[in-house]
Amino acid sequence: MQSSQSLATTWTTVCTLEDITPNTGVCALVNGQQVAIFRVGQDQLYAIDNYDPFSKAYVLSRGIVGDRNGISKVASPIYKQNFNLKTGECLDDPTVTIRTFAVQLVEGQVQVGLS
Amino acid sequence: MTKQNLVVIGNGMVGHKFLERMIENESSEWNLITFCEESRMAYDRVNLSGFFAGKTADDLSLVESDFYAKHGVQIYVGDKAVGIDRDRKTVTSANGVTLRYDKLVLATGSFPFVPPIQGRETEGTFVYRTIDDLEAIAAYAQSCRTGVVVGGGLLGLECANALKNLGLETHVVEFMPRLMPVQVDDAGGALLKQNIEAIGVSVHTSKSTTEIVSENGRVDRMLFADGTELHTDMIVFSAGIRPRDEMARSCGLSVGERGGIVINENCQTSDADIYAIGECALYENRIYGLVAPGYSMATVAADHLCSLQGNQFTGADMSTKLKLLGVDVASFGDAFAKTGGAKEIAIVDSVQGTYKKLVVDQTGKTLLGGILVGDASAYGNLVQLMQNQITLPPHPEDLIIPPRSGSASAVMGVDSFPDTAQICSCNNVTKAAICDAIQNQNLTDIGSLKQCTKAGTGCGGCVPLVTDLLKSELKKAGIEVKNHLCEHFAYSRQELYHLVRSQRIHTFAELLQQHGTGQGCEICKPAIGSILASAWNDYILDPAHTGLQDTNDAFLANIQRDGTYSVVPRVPGGELTPDQLIALGQVAKEFGLYTKITGGQRVDLFGARVEQLPLIWKQLIDAGFESGHAYGKALRTVKSCVGSTWCRFGVQDSTSLAIEVELRYRGLRAPHKIKSAVSGCTRECAEAQSKDFGIIATEKGWNLYICGNGGMKPQHAQLLAADLDKETLIRYIDRFLMFYIRTANRLERTATWFNKLEGGMDYLKQVIIEDSLGICAELEAEMVHQVNTYACEWKTTIEDPAKVRRFRHFVNSDDPDPNIVQVEERGQHRPIYEHERQLFSLTRS
Repeated sequence: MQSSQSLATTWTTVCTLEDITPNTGVCALVNGQQVAIFRVGQDQLYAIDNYDPFSKAYVLSRGIVGDRNGISKVASPIYKQNFNLKTGECLDDPTVTIRTFAVQLVEGQVQVGLS
Repeated sequence: MTKQNLVVIGNGMVGHKFLERMIENESSEWNLITFCEESRMAYDRVNLSGFFAGKTADDLSLVESDFYAKHGVQIYVGDKAVGIDRDRKTVTSANGVTLRYDKLVLATGSFPFVPPIQGRETEGTFVYRTIDDLEAIAAYAQSCRTGVVVGGGLLGLECANALKNLGLETHVVEFMPRLMPVQVDDAGGALLKQNIEAIGVSVHTSKSTTEIVSENGRVDRMLFADGTELHTDMIVFSAGIRPRDEMARSCGLSVGERGGIVINENCQTSDADIYAIGECALYENRIYGLVAPGYSMATVAADHLCSLQGNQFTGADMSTKLKLLGVDVASFGDAFAKTGGAKEIAIVDSVQGTYKKLVVDQTGKTLLGGILVGDASAYGNLVQLMQNQITLPPHPEDLIIPPRSGSASAVMGVDSFPDTAQICSCNNVTKAAICDAIQNQNLTDIGSLKQCTKAGTGCGGCVPLVTDLLKSELKKAGIEVKNHLCEHFAYSRQELYHLVRSQRIHTFAELLQQHGTGQGCEICKPAIGSILASAWNDYILDPAHTGLQDTNDAFLANIQRDGTYSVVPRVPGGELTPDQLIALGQVAKEFGLYTKITGGQRVDLFGARVEQLPLIWKQLIDAGFESGHAYGKALRTVKSCVGSTWCRFGVQDSTSLAIEVELRYRGLRAPHKIKSAVSGCTRECAEAQSKDFGIIATEKGWNLYICGNGGMKPQHAQLLAADLDKETLIRYIDRFLMFYIRTANRLERTATWFNKLEGGMDYLKQVIIEDSLGICAELEAEMVHQVNTYACEWKTTIEDPAKVRRFRHFVNSDDPDPNIVQVEERGQHRPIYEHERQLFSLTRS
């Protein structure tokens, strides 16, 4: 199952790990889409939509990362809603969920996967 | 089992309360029957004068129309009970109804006392007791200009208020040398008289009326024992009450020497099947002429009849708090210091029109009673201190001295009350019950608290106390939350600041590892980023700090609603050269920025995309500008007027000082942004008193004001010190700012910080001027470190290519964010509104 999904995923290399300061995010342009990629700790990577549905601006990569009750999350820099980095769920408004993307580190390169 | 007959004579406030309690007790034993002499069922006699202020009889009613019917109470309205046959156990009414009773309750109340004065039956004389009385008074008053109330007690003053509301020139005639002789002493009475006369009611004390003289059969004037006379068109007697005990007398029940039906602790009369409650009852030779003791009796009697244990009447507190003719009057406990060894503390302020007296025991440690006239706001607290015998502070007079501005009030608050303290005596609600409700039901507003606990729903006198309790409990809850910065640190900001300083911690990771849990969040990270910056003044975009910064600090600019940024270079003191102005204009023009003068004498350049920021700043720095820290919780601007250099009124050079001050504190990070201003004279054109610290020139030097606030909750700054030379001024500001940075909460501006500071301005003066904590040398050294390590963050940033790389929208492309669209308005640019977006894409495609 896992392997067949991997087969259908197209991986795009967007930057090196060093391009992302630990515990911050960057925005990558992948296939015309804005993807926010976060580096939590030294090498934990997450990728979510860069679009903030509350402010309607493409800014989530500039939010502060952290955790709430152990769930890794990012707070929007505009109105501070929090999003679960793993699932894209908005922790402050359960009716809102944003997209998440596959992300991996291959030999120091950060890759985003679109299926 | 057939039900027994329980007959209640009288449907006043107390009689009604008794029936309510019987219904509440849900005893199935009784047929409830009541006689009501008046044509109306029970109404609120306490607020009777409200009738003249527009309340209707319906408003005053205490009985919902179907309440008795619903609960099977049989009521004879407009039928007066006239006789009791104790042998046959029957009651007979004026209308000829005769009922058998098993138990009987007398709630016949009292009648107004009319002194035996010649002419007291003349047309134009009234009593003040029932709604019918009031209607008669109102009707007669239409043909009158002047009215006199005989009796300056509680009810008399109520009545005077009523006459005044009817538009009459009003006089109060009191036999005793002072008003409210039962509740208030001479000094209090004098103050009360002063306050009441100030609103246009004439008060005549020590007046004994000898005769009422009529003309054409109507009241014309009153003659007094001292030979004087007073013209009046009508007279209302309100000279006290007498218990209505005539039926009790005629059926042989024990009555007091001066009237009143004798009762025991269960409110039973000398006949165990007959109870008496309210103003007709005499307990231990005392009549209780207030509604609250009457209510207690009603409860005791009802519970006793329902065989409920525990409740007994053993006397009642005669404490009263009223607003009579708009004047607060309160009297409680041993108001006349009758207890052996009792001492009095009194403050008469005839300027403010207040009189406050405390009666304390021999040791001065326990409150026995007191009197408040003109301002009874301390009543609730004081009664609690008395009832719970709470040890008084060393200077009990502080309890009645109003707090001076800037110093903390000494009034012992609800926190000092024991849990058992009865806060609402109408409904017998304790402090513990209120606190439980707040905590367990998560109540946050007074409305739901009243609904849930019933506290404050009776006379309303305890509402201020209930509110205090709510605030105090919320504060406690809030402090627990606030004390812990967030789930990651179980410390307050002040504690974390101390940890960082004392353990010389330089990074968030280090602090988290040693004193926190988890990964941190958007609450603790910026707060700790700020603490680290305040303590060590390292470059905030070092890799260890970058992730802590809010987006404004992270990109050294202010994010706007579309994700673009605004740029604000520093303009110290608001002074800039024509060349600098031109440079700003050129940059704005080149990057298509919207320009606006800020409220703090600077220029704001809006609409810069993130990748443009380093390019813009390169040019600004070349033109001699530096970061204005408009993005940081840091010193913002020091506004100035032109001062003595140009102004014909200026007494000092405010602009030079403003520039010097702004440059000294530039880049200083704090719990919140800091603003300042310097005015060259007392005209205060720089509005220094609305700032966190403001400086105003005097002939002799500088006055320093601190803890002011513009913005959402404006507050004037207060004077810390006057006529300072510049060196002292700067020293005090250094100390003030570092002390604030040390101790304030996260995102707490100086005004809010100040408002919560115990001891207020006196305390700050001690710390900053007198060095009472012995920390001033430290504070100054910390500030000197800040001043010496200042570096322009933008200069540091653009000199480091790795840092500049962060200022791109895409990590893998130099393209701008295609989503940012701006439209023109008044010749400049602004972000597109969402509703215009569709329109825009249509025109573009």
